[in-house]
Amino acid sequence: MALWRRSLQLRVVTTTTLCSLLAIAVLGNVLISQVRDGLLRTKVASSLDEAANGARTSQEALDSADRSAPDVFDTLVPDLVRQLSRGGGSAGTREVVLQRGSGISDPRAPLGRSSFGVDVRDVPASLSAKVESGTGQRWTYTVLTRPSGQQVSALVIGSQVVVPEIGSYDLYFLFPLDKEATTLALVRNALLLAAFGLVILVGGIAWLVTRQVVTPVRMAARIAERLAAGRLEERMRVRGEDDLARLAASFNRMATSLQRQIRQLEDLSRVQRRFVSDVSHELRTPLTTVRMAADVLHDARAGMDPAVERSAEILQAQLDRFEALLADLLEISRYDAGAAVLETEPTDLRIVVRHVIDAMETLADRRGSVLVLEAPDTACIADVDQRRIQRVLRNLVANAVEHGEGEPIVIRVAADDLAVAVAVRDHGVGLAPTDVSMVFNRFWRADPARARTTGGTGLGLSIALEDAHLHGGWLQAWGEPGDGCQFRLTVPRVLGAELDGSPIPLEPSDSRRRRAPVTAGQPYRRIRTPGGVDV
Amino acid sequence: MRGRVLIVDDDTALAEMLGIVLRGEGYEPTLCADGGQALAMFREHKPDLVLLDLMLPGTDGIDVCRAIRAESGVPIVMLTAKTDTVDIVVGLESGADDYVLKPFKPKELVARIRARLRRTEESPQELLEIGDLMIDVAGHSVKRGEVPIALTPLEFDLLVALARKPWQVFTREVLLEQVWGYRHAADTRLVNVHVQRLRSKVERDPENPEVVVTVRGVGYKAGQV
Repeated sequence: MALWRRSLQLRVVTTTTLCSLLAIAVLGNVLISQVRDGLLRTKVASSLDEAANGARTSQEALDSADRSAPDVFDTLVPDLVRQLSRGGGSAGTREVVLQRGSGISDPRAPLGRSSFGVDVRDVPASLSAKVESGTGQRWTYTVLTRPSGQQVSALVIGSQVVVPEIGSYDLYFLFPLDKEATTLALVRNALLLAAFGLVILVGGIAWLVTRQVVTPVRMAARIAERLAAGRLEERMRVRGEDDLARLAASFNRMATSLQRQIRQLEDLSRVQRRFVSDVSHELRTPLTTVRMAADVLHDARAGMDPAVERSAEILQAQLDRFEALLADLLEISRYDAGAAVLETEPTDLRIVVRHVIDAMETLADRRGSVLVLEAPDTACIADVDQRRIQRVLRNLVANAVEHGEGEPIVIRVAADDLAVAVAVRDHGVGLAPTDVSMVFNRFWRADPARARTTGGTGLGLSIALEDAHLHGGWLQAWGEPGDGCQFRLTVPRVLGAELDGSPIPLEPSDSRRRRAPVTAGQPYRRIRTPGGVDV
Repeated sequence: MRGRVLIVDDDTALAEMLGIVLRGEGYEPTLCADGGQALAMFREHKPDLVLLDLMLPGTDGIDVCRAIRAESGVPIVMLTAKTDTVDIVVGLESGADDYVLKPFKPKELVARIRARLRRTEESPQELLEIGDLMIDVAGHSVKRGEVPIALTPLEFDLLVALARKPWQVFTREVLLEQVWGYRHAADTRLVNVHVQRLRSKVERDPENPEVVVTVRGVGYKAGQV
């Protein structure tokens, strides 16, 4: 069935075959009936002639018989019947029946006589009635039962003869139609054979013709697929100048134009990426020099003019920020260039999380937040690049601390057979649902008016998202204004495995909506995630 | 005087600033702005440590590094603006003991230099065995039977660290801390590259190491005698 829907060729061939089959059936039937009618018409005409002749000869024989003989019937009639049945003319073999007419009342009169291959009962009663109702020939079709039991269609022709001294008898000639039946069967078989051959031929022709059309179309489809898969140099073969060749030529022109544009865009983006990378690298050397100079100033600031002293401090702090920004820019440009390389090893994510918590504790303390770890007792091992995962988690925790308003921050680790997840939940200002998909954008800020305090570069979450994707994992956000946020990192246990779920729900179990009893009919809200998966 | 440092860097401002910082820390810096003259200056000044910028015009920093390493085991710390794995690994494989990524904090650089110049405190006559090698810690020599094997101070330190505790498996992080002096976990490629370099000198068959054995998923340990 799938093949039926997919293959144009199969559909065309089948339809053509079915249609030609129908046409040939109708045509064959008409032909057969024409042949049969023709055959019968000739047969009937010649049979009528012969029957009339036979009847005339019989009548003459009967009239000229010796009337004085007492048993004229017994001697003459059998001879007559035998003679009549033997004389096969152009109408073929025949059988003869002589039957006592109903007009004879004398019970002594003989009933009749029939030739060897026939029985009186083979003459239909309806015909007898017609024969006796008038003079002349009457005929109809009947079925003849041979002594062997074989049944044969036959033409039966009746007329009246007068036996002297006794009265009128009905004389019937029966012409079996077996020869005609054989001819007809022969014709039918020949026709069937021809029809069969013709249908196969038509099917084959349809297959050949559609192949001519379908093959280039299929080739176009195949090549379009290869183009879509990124093999931009693929082209169709152009042969001849027909419509299909024109299709191929236009297709190739389209592919060339696409290729050119894609190449242009690629070049452009390569140049741009290269530029970002070069700029970042070139900035590093002078930045190092400035950094060292600032450090010398900073170390010597004690005892200087308070303004100079403060300037040295600000210089120092801003250099840190500049450096962080530059490092993030470089990292992003590395992702954009596709140059980021994973160095994975089986790692217990609980340990990574603990490292991150240890490192972030002082920052959290300063903001009044407590970092709470919820982890299972069993190891949560996955193939990850520890450095990158650590960076992702540091980023998530730093974000949670920055926006956590001093409320506790819960870091959950969980694992199932396929994936390990870490969720960082804060109870701060939260995120508007429309912002959830925006947080991973570069340099995006929830509230542009809000001052940055912990000095993030605005690239942290973008880098974290790239890191997650590099692992084949997900980084997703959930947020509700006034209800805090949760960021969830899910990575497959085995690198390269496809994720189909996360051990931790994206919406935390302590969200306001989950805590509230859900009333029937409450609309279900979908959470848009950057991974493109609805949770 | 804590030691002589040869600074090979084409960026004069950076080189001068490096000089100021190092002098402030008590080192005696010598500046070299041209990679082509680096080797000559190295021979002339006999520094205790070389600070080498990898991106030099003319001669590649990598070539300078190889040339110096070919005739001396003096510690080389490279400065690089390139963060790509390949560049750093190439630098380390050409003989650098450690590297500092630009932009770096001066204190970080000084810590790296100090770690490289730190001499193992004068130990009493100590003989260690690792694999089929004998290490004379005080005499700074390694011998297989009677054949001495030349190692750079860093490679020597690495071997001694492993040999002192033959029962212990060292993670890369622990080795970074003990041999390179990093406080926090840093780039473990340093360990990988230097273990390879060490093996190429001390192993009979570096493909099947018997002196420095890899413990999969954990790190390295000393081979059984």
